[in-house]
Amino acid sequence: MNPLHAFFRPAQGKSRSDWLFVLPSLILLALFGLPLLAILWRSLGDGFFQHAFEPAALAALRLSLLASSLSTLLSVAAGMPLAYILAHWKFRGKTALELLVDLPVVLPPSVAGLALLIAFGRQGIFGRGLALLGIQLPFTTAAVVLAQIFVAAPLFVRSARTGFSEIDPQLEEAAYVEGAGDVQLLWHVMLPMAWRSLLAGVILTWTRTLGEFGATILFAGNLPGRTQTMPLAIYLGLERDLGVALALSMLLVFVSLVLLGTLRRLEKKNRSLTA
Amino acid sequence: MRTASALVLLAALLLAGCAAARPDPEIQPRALTVFAAASLTDAFTQIGAEFESTHPGVTVVFNFAGSQALRTQLEQGAAADVFASASQAEMEALIAAGLVAPDAAQTFLTNRLLAILPAGNPAGIETLQDLARPGVKLVLAAEEVPAGKYARRVLENLDSLYGPGYAQAVLSNAVSLEENVRLVLTKVELGEADAGIVYVSDVVNAPGLSSLPIPDEYNLTATYPIAALAAAPEPDLAAEFLAAVFSPRGQAVLQAWGFTPVRP
Repeated sequence: MNPLHAFFRPAQGKSRSDWLFVLPSLILLALFGLPLLAILWRSLGDGFFQHAFEPAALAALRLSLLASSLSTLLSVAAGMPLAYILAHWKFRGKTALELLVDLPVVLPPSVAGLALLIAFGRQGIFGRGLALLGIQLPFTTAAVVLAQIFVAAPLFVRSARTGFSEIDPQLEEAAYVEGAGDVQLLWHVMLPMAWRSLLAGVILTWTRTLGEFGATILFAGNLPGRTQTMPLAIYLGLERDLGVALALSMLLVFVSLVLLGTLRRLEKKNRSLTA
Repeated sequence: MRTASALVLLAALLLAGCAAARPDPEIQPRALTVFAAASLTDAFTQIGAEFESTHPGVTVVFNFAGSQALRTQLEQGAAADVFASASQAEMEALIAAGLVAPDAAQTFLTNRLLAILPAGNPAGIETLQDLARPGVKLVLAAEEVPAGKYARRVLENLDSLYGPGYAQAVLSNAVSLEENVRLVLTKVELGEADAGIVYVSDVVNAPGLSSLPIPDEYNLTATYPIAALAAAPEPDLAAEFLAAVFSPRGQAVLQAWGFTPVRP
């Protein structure tokens, strides 16, 4: 049953104890909902449409869409093979590898940003080598993309790995017997069967890249049009023009809602398929 | 069982911590909240520590950030006792909003700007004119930050020395606009940027950096105002903290950290 129905069902005989459930839930829901309502309210009252189309807001929007699409694409391109390996190969040290993949998800973004800077900055441990090749990452859009991949790609890998592991091993064996290699197996068997998990991973990754803040501001810096994504513009624009910050926040809330809604539909269909 | 004993141990530690923090039951613990410009971090931390030692039971809680960020926080209802700003504009905004009494703000120090270069000077910058050379990676404070506003003004002043277009060329070399002046310092110290523009006071505790002075006739004097907030939860402590800042000892500390105190 939909938990919301249970939650809002009309009071029955033991309605007194229901409040033990309803009241704490309401407090938590208010904590989630009221700030979003406040943003909606203030933003619409503060010329949302006028602020959303200001050059500064548009530049941040454009950069955010470009960078997050690119980092999601790259996350998928490199994450799919990794997820396949994690799901189907057996080797020593796999647990450690899985830990490494999961770590960026729980790491504070500021730690991620500092680590990236210390590693790939101009004076960084590996950055010096890159600098010799003429590659300098900090303060570039490439740094924005790297920071986003660092924090978001693990979400795709996890989702894809789960999708791949749920496929019946007998099917794989059959494919092997038929002479299919890993590539054919991935392309002709795994992708068609796990596409929902993959798509869910794409959406999770994309929402995370859109919201990336801490790693970006530390590793890529803040320059409008080059490294200032929407979350940075919101944070730094707060003091100049609250209206622009509010309009950008609204946009991010809206995009996140749409993406999460899509994700929810996918999950529901997934469940009804497997059930 | 093991969790239970761990919990007991934790509780005992917490109790011990509370007991240690309150050696004298006669003294009521009080907290003084000071919002101060990021450039004041070192100096005010020292003044705060000395204030705590002369005021038993008082804890000074600092919030260091760009003055513009502090102003926004105060405008949005943050509770603080003292506000020390790196620019008059932020203080005036708070006076206009009724958060600071019109006659409460006093200038307590002045500061000037200079250009800083990381160890090894990777871009080979010899003069201020070199900052305009294409390809130099310059880090500035954002325009909303007092240090960023001052830096832009100084660059415009330098137009009369290096010719029109100088300021524009330097600004187009900016690779990042930081949220407070300390972050400019950090990015240059890490060697990620070729140069930055910060306060004279910022380089006092930054060994390894080299600096390019900005001649007085093109430099400017940043005046820092300080005030107790109209709605300060601890108005008495706020007044005492202001007195400490203006005291000979307080002014000496500020001077030691590279500021120019108003009462030397």
